[in-house]
Amino acid sequence: MEGFLAIYIFMLAAFTGYEVIARVPVILHTPLMSGSNFVHGVVLVGAMVALGNADPNDPLQLAIGFVAVVLGAANAAGGYVVTERMLAMFKRDDRKEAAK
Amino acid sequence: MTGATWLINISYFVVAVLFILGLKAMASPVSARKGIVWAGAGMVLATVVTFLTPDMRNMLLIVVALALGGSLAWWSGKVVKMTDMPQMVAIYNGMGGGAAAAIAALEFARGHVTGPVVTTLATLGALIGAVSFSGSCVAWAKLQGVMQKAFRLPAQNAVNVVLGLVTIGFGVAIVLGGHPSPLHIILFFALALLLGAVLTLPIGGADMPVVISLFNAFTGLAVGFEGYVLGNPALIIAGIVVGAAGTLLTQLMAKAMNRPLTNILFQPITGEAQAGG
Repeated sequence: MEGFLAIYIFMLAAFTGYEVIARVPVILHTPLMSGSNFVHGVVLVGAMVALGNADPNDPLQLAIGFVAVVLGAANAAGGYVVTERMLAMFKRDDRKEAAK
Repeated sequence: MTGATWLINISYFVVAVLFILGLKAMASPVSARKGIVWAGAGMVLATVVTFLTPDMRNMLLIVVALALGGSLAWWSGKVVKMTDMPQMVAIYNGMGGGAAAAIAALEFARGHVTGPVVTTLATLGALIGAVSFSGSCVAWAKLQGVMQKAFRLPAQNAVNVVLGLVTIGFGVAIVLGGHPSPLHIILFFALALLLGAVLTLPIGGADMPVVISLFNAFTGLAVGFEGYVLGNPALIIAGIVVGAAGTLLTQLMAKAMNRPLTNILFQPITGEAQAGG
């Protein structure tokens, strides 16, 4: 990837992350932490590509790649379930209360 | 650009948009539940489309690892009690950090880490990811009650600083030295893991959510850096967005507790300190 283009992506993504949650109410701190924990579970995709590139005849590479995919998948799946369960507490009736 | 590559690239673009919209929705109580569904759809799309990557080997191994990690975490997330949620977030976050560090380790093992920029970001991502992994494991152990007490080493802050500097020194040597030996890499990872654990050990349970949020931001950064190493824009964007959002969230949480972040990290409230003062 072009070096300078990557720096722009880093910079814009950082501003986006900052702005997106700038006015989050205190009640959503923990669910949002859990939600952003789920989003970086996309590391799974990187782990899949890394294992897909690994040398099939090198057990060390395969072992590291296997661990990476297991950990990445656990981050994504676990992150989703936990966030979904936390947010399920914000039912329709609770909205007014939650907004306070 | 072949058809498959085009499809993958356009999908990663959609994934990035879904993640950002999902996080945005999750920051408001009215739309929070929609947010996680959008982000979830993005994750499924990203995972499915990655199978189309040209020249992928070890496909069976990938599927087995995916099913193993995914199903275990899905099940553990479903059965855990509502009150035990924070430590589950910690452990899943640690796993993400571990995955990022493992990606770096694999790229080092393949000898595909070349050039100063790639080497720097791979090393930095490995350091941050490994610290996040071991730190989150300690956080989990404390909240789960496996590790009962917060304990401080004598001269804890000095130990932190020295250990941190030595680890960074090993990292700098990897970047400047060019072709690091396997032993050098192993020592670097071992030091980074130790650093994460030592940093987290003295921190008490009440401060733990803030620390987990900090490690969450760490993992995001590590994922973003490894995304650059792999040349994968979905990882870069999602990782850096979470890194920035997580940093801000950590500050907000610390502020809500009326305790500056530096206090939480370097002057932790431990049982011992309370007894003494």
